[in-house]
Parts: sequence; structure tokens; C-alpha cells
Amino acid sequence: MNDPGNVAPGGAGVLRRIGAASIEGLTRFGYAARFFVTVVTESPAAFRRIHLTLREIYFSGVLSLVIILISGLFVGMVLALQGYDVLQRYGADQSLGVLVALSLVRELGPVVAGLLFASRAGSAITAEIGLMKATEQLSAMEMMAVDPLARVVAPRFWGGVVSMPLLAALFSTLGVFGAYLVGVRLLGIDAGAFWGNMQSAVDFRQDILNGIVKSVVFGVAVSMIAVFEGYDAKPTAEGVSSATTRTVVYSSLTILALDFVLTVFMFRGVA
Amino acid sequence: MNRSTIDLWVGIFVMLGIGGILFLALKVGNLVSVGSTPGYRLEANFDNIGGLKLRAPVKAAGVVVGRVDSIRFDPKNYQAVVTMKIDEGNEFTADTIASILTSGLLGEVYVGLDAGGDTKMLGNGSLIKKTQSAVVLEKLIGQFLFDKAASGGAK
Repeated sequence: MNDPGNVAPGGAGVLRRIGAASIEGLTRFGYAARFFVTVVTESPAAFRRIHLTLREIYFSGVLSLVIILISGLFVGMVLALQGYDVLQRYGADQSLGVLVALSLVRELGPVVAGLLFASRAGSAITAEIGLMKATEQLSAMEMMAVDPLARVVAPRFWGGVVSMPLLAALFSTLGVFGAYLVGVRLLGIDAGAFWGNMQSAVDFRQDILNGIVKSVVFGVAVSMIAVFEGYDAKPTAEGVSSATTRTVVYSSLTILALDFVLTVFMFRGVA
Repeated sequence: MNRSTIDLWVGIFVMLGIGGILFLALKVGNLVSVGSTPGYRLEANFDNIGGLKLRAPVKAAGVVVGRVDSIRFDPKNYQAVVTMKIDEGNEFTADTIASILTSGLLGEVYVGLDAGGDTKMLGNGSLIKKTQSAVVLEKLIGQFLFDKAASGGAK
């Protein structure tokens, strides 16, 4: 491929630069897709040593619990305060539970938990794998006939995929609890109206199950981006740092874009 | 950190997560009442259903006795056919009136059932003959203005 910096200025040069960038982007995307397929096909070998995956669930799931739980609680409490302020102008403050539960279960739970997960666990996965590559631990494994995809990458991928839906569910749960604390305990909404309206408005399949599907999709996307960026990082200190940054940026953008697409398919036409 | 401690924490984490999903399903989503309760179906034709939606409650004397199961348009007599699923144990007389009502000014739209005095009861799949359509606010205002203009002209 021509070096895009080494072309004559002018219209053709700009076009050539765009072309080079497109080809490179497409190549990288294809490489990522093939990497994804390889990780999935290597997974049975990784599941034979299940403690590796459990270890990764510990690192990306259990250690993210504190930030997820506290954020969920505060998001729920703020939603309740702000929602109450608007709803009581229309005399609809009894619907606070509906507002909070629907926004948490459908959108905020999966999305905010996904963003936190990407920056808390995704970046750590990328940095770890990238540093293993930089210090040639991955090459050493290959020398010992240990497949680094099965030994290092697949457990981290599945650890993230398992952790993400659980974290999102806990985020929503704590959010609803926070809204209960503020709405019922602090602002004095009737507890029966709070739970009753919530229960009659939230549908299990339409709202909760779709929220869980979203969080699973985000879990796959974030974990995939994290392990791929780590595995693909340039084996230098600078390469690892820029790969970590890319993980957070790409994961966040992917989560937001996927969320829009999934919402269009799940909730279009639902009143 | 040794393996058994990690296993313990992962176990706690997974149980917490499942507990969270259960909490959402039972306390927030009220899954129990969504499950298919035994019951029977009633049909009713309306000239206008207003803002009635699927799964809207069917109430008798203000108590929820069922849910709207399906809404479709009958192209033969240009009416809306509403199928309701009534929970078992609630029976209605054959001369029951079904009307489309709104709870409050901006509240949800529901179907109200008012039982009559007939001795025969409605069975599965039977049609409620007496219905009352939704009140469309625009039509009401239009009629009011029309009446106002008519009485003003007569003076």
C-alpha cells in the first residue's frame, strides 16, 4: 500500500488518502471479525479450564460491583428528585415509580452500566493483554504450545459477557431502590402508589427482558473490543496506552450506537 | 488471591445478579400477574375505540377483571372488534354493557363492564351486544360549538 503521506498535493492526493484510510479501516474490521470467530471457536478449550473464566468474572464483575452499585443508587436518587419536580407540576407525582423504573430498566441500566463497565473493566483487559504482548508473554505461550487465544483471550471475553448483564440488572435494582428512598422516604409519595403504578406499567417481556438482551449485546461488544484492542496493540508502552484509550472510546460509541438501533427495533410503536 | 476465595466471590456476585433480575421481574415488573391466568374471552364491537390499547384493563365496578387481548378492524360493518380476556370466576350477564372509559382527564383508557339483570350468562367467545364508544373530545367540542351557533341563530 502506498504511504498516504507521500503523495502529491491536490484532489487526487486527498482521494488517495481517503481510499487508503477506507481500505485500512475495512481491513481492520475484517481482522476483528475473524478474531471474534476464532475466539468463539477456541472457547470450548477455554471452558475446559473453567477457573480461568471464573477468575476473569471476579476481576471484571466482582471488582466492578462497588462503582456499579453506588452509581446505580445515585442515578436512581437523582432521577427521582428531578422526575418528582416535573411530575408534581402536573399532579402526576404518583407516576414517579413508572418514570424511574422504565428509564432505568429500558435504557439507563444497560447503557450506563455498559459505559462504566467499558471504562472500569474493558480498559483493564486491554492494558493487561497489551502488556502481555509487549513483554512477549503471548509469544512465549505459543512457544510452549499453549494457545494464547484459549488461555488468555477467551476467558477474559466470556468473563465480560457473563458479568455485564448481572451488573446492569444490579444497577437498575439499586436505581429503583434509590428512587424509593428519595420518592417515598424523603418526598413522601405513597409507597403503595409508587410500587403499584410501577408494577402495572412495567411489562416483564417488553421492558425487563429487552433490557437484559441489551445488556448482553453490550457485554459482547465491550468485551470483544477490549480483547481485540489488547491483542492488536502495538507492543510498545505507547501502543498499549493508545489501545486502552481506543477501547474506552470505541466501546462507548458502540454502546450508544447499538443502543439506538436496539431501541428502534424493541420499542418502536410501543406507547 | 487463591482459587476458593475467587470462587466464593464469583458465587456471591452471580447470586446478587440473579437476585437483581428476580427483584426487577417480581417487584418492578410484577411478573406473577402477567402469567397466563385461566379465563375466557369476550368480544365487543365498538364504533370508535378512542385511545384503547392492547393489554388495557377491563374493569367492572372499578375492579380489574381482565385485559384487552386483541383489537382489529371489521371491514364489513366498519367497526372495531375488541377481544377481552376475562379472569376465571368473573361472570357477566348476557345484557352487559361494555363502554370505553378514561380514568381521569388524562388517565389510561379502559373498558368498563356494567352487568344487567339477565339470568343468562356470557360464555367463552360470546359477543357483548350493547356497547358505548369512546368519547372523542374533538367531536364533543365540535358539537358544542355547533349547538351554540344553532341556538344563537334562532334568537
